[in-house]
Amino acid sequence: MPLLIKMLLKNAFRHGLRTGLTIAGMTIAILAFGILTTVVDAWYAGVEASRANRLITRNAISLTFELPLSYYDKIRQVEGATKVSYGNWFGAFYKEERNFFANFAMEAQSHLDIVTELVLRPEERDAYIKDRRGAIAGRKLAERFGWEIGDLVALTGTIFPGDWEFVLRGIYKGRDETVDESIFFFHWDYLNESLRETMPERAGQVGFYIIEIARPELAGAVSKRVDSLFKNSLAETLTETERAFAMSFVTMTEAIMTAIQLVSIVVIVIIMAVTANTMAMSVRERLSEFAALKTLGFNRAHLSFLIFGEAMVITSLGAALGIALTFPAAQLFRSELGQFFPVFNIKPATIYMDIAAAVIVASVSAVIPSYRVAAAPITAALRRIA
Amino acid sequence: MSAPFIGIRGLSKSYMRGERALPVLKNINLDIAAGEFLALMGPSGSGKSTLLNLIAGIDRADDGSIAIEGVDITTLGEASLTAWRSDHVGFIFQFYNLIPVLTALENVELPLVLKEMSRKERKERASLLLGLVGLSERVDHYPGQLSGGEQQRVAIARAMVTDPSILVADEPTGDLDRASAEEVLNLMRRVNEEFGKVVIMVTHDPRAAEKAHVIRHLEKGVLNAAPH
Repeated sequence: MPLLIKMLLKNAFRHGLRTGLTIAGMTIAILAFGILTTVVDAWYAGVEASRANRLITRNAISLTFELPLSYYDKIRQVEGATKVSYGNWFGAFYKEERNFFANFAMEAQSHLDIVTELVLRPEERDAYIKDRRGAIAGRKLAERFGWEIGDLVALTGTIFPGDWEFVLRGIYKGRDETVDESIFFFHWDYLNESLRETMPERAGQVGFYIIEIARPELAGAVSKRVDSLFKNSLAETLTETERAFAMSFVTMTEAIMTAIQLVSIVVIVIIMAVTANTMAMSVRERLSEFAALKTLGFNRAHLSFLIFGEAMVITSLGAALGIALTFPAAQLFRSELGQFFPVFNIKPATIYMDIAAAVIVASVSAVIPSYRVAAAPITAALRRIA
Repeated sequence: MSAPFIGIRGLSKSYMRGERALPVLKNINLDIAAGEFLALMGPSGSGKSTLLNLIAGIDRADDGSIAIEGVDITTLGEASLTAWRSDHVGFIFQFYNLIPVLTALENVELPLVLKEMSRKERKERASLLLGLVGLSERVDHYPGQLSGGEQQRVAIARAMVTDPSILVADEPTGDLDRASAEEVLNLMRRVNEEFGKVVIMVTHDPRAAEKAHVIRHLEKGVLNAAPH
């Protein structure tokens, strides 16, 4: 091992307790940064999962107002719209209110044709489409409640009061990790038929339409065409990209997300100050050694390398431990808070940011000590022990 | 008459104490011949360590010149002076200033890191120098495991390892007992006589100064007249 590398490694651990505590601090900071960043990512998961070739049409007044089913055929005729489906937010829970999860009544065939990221086995798909009381659930949701295919699942409605029974015909998986695997879908027809009997005034209404378009760049034009169809009608529409639609939910809580992001940055700034203090103390104690190195011919670059390297050893170890702990912590987070964060995956970008944070913390904490060592007159620094 | 190995002319140095300049060296003129062992003596604050530091190129003069082997080091920039120091000067300090996390061998090897040498060559040379100062059996010991005298011998080996032309020593025996001091002084004398190095030593100790060829006294920043 080159002598200077050996020197900086040994120097990093000369004051074991101080170095250990700084590494522990860095570990906690990176862990907190990784988890908080993942929380923010999870919050925006719906936006990330949205597809560029899909539009959502809803009532222009508010999402709580519905649209007539009769719009379906008209939207299908719009130039640029290749497929159309529709559905309602159902808002039911399983057994107890705390067992809440996203559930939708959808026109099954067209929904699965458009939302191709929901991966079902062909026989499950057929069974679901053929059974009016059939339903499909995401893999995580089925695991959460121990559901198996063929199980009778009873939900308690809130928006559509009453007990609703479904037969689980399929368990879907996400095509990639951005897909939410904790949603429950069933037939819109089943809901509508029930409403005709119990609340006929609410029958024949849909909460939203999903439109697949040929190319993402047509989004603006198709949206305008759809909305112009229903201008000045009793139920005017607002058509936007799926991303914008998902974003409209997230923006309601944007201030909280911004606060979380700020906290994650503050955590890094705090550890930066702690590491800078460690490095400053460490270098101040060894100023005469650096002076001796200067007398031997070591220049500013050599000394800066030793100081930066020492800081890098400390922050790298802390960051490595922090990153390693982020994965089990995320697993714990998923198991305890999975209903709030159905997609809770640590992105590679988060790990890259952790590494970047470690390098930035090391660099910043080494800057002032390096400058002081370089600027300190050799004679004055040598006298510090004399 | 040939030029001296080290020729110092009109050297002055002051330190600022608040807004007041405190003169430490006043118009110093000194010639040091090749192969000379010079002891600089004087009371505390007389300027002897300052003069040593200026000759070694680790401090800057306010005025005057220091020509060493024809190079006026007062005109060198920071980087050039660092490189010159690495090639021409070996340092021996009162408190040894060894790197505690490195073994005796690694401490001696350290200055060679800056030279274009293979690792094997560096180790061989460092071992040779440790053998020269009688520490062949202590190569793997850390400074904390060595006595004061042994540490100072390691420091002498480190000072010698780059084969500099000048050795500067600031109170090299100031932290040692009499026996260890005698060993260190004999070693410095040997380095001077056998290897022809110029040795400049600052000391308070008259018995240490006796080992030198020439003793010069400084008082209040002024060098006393040379003995005839």
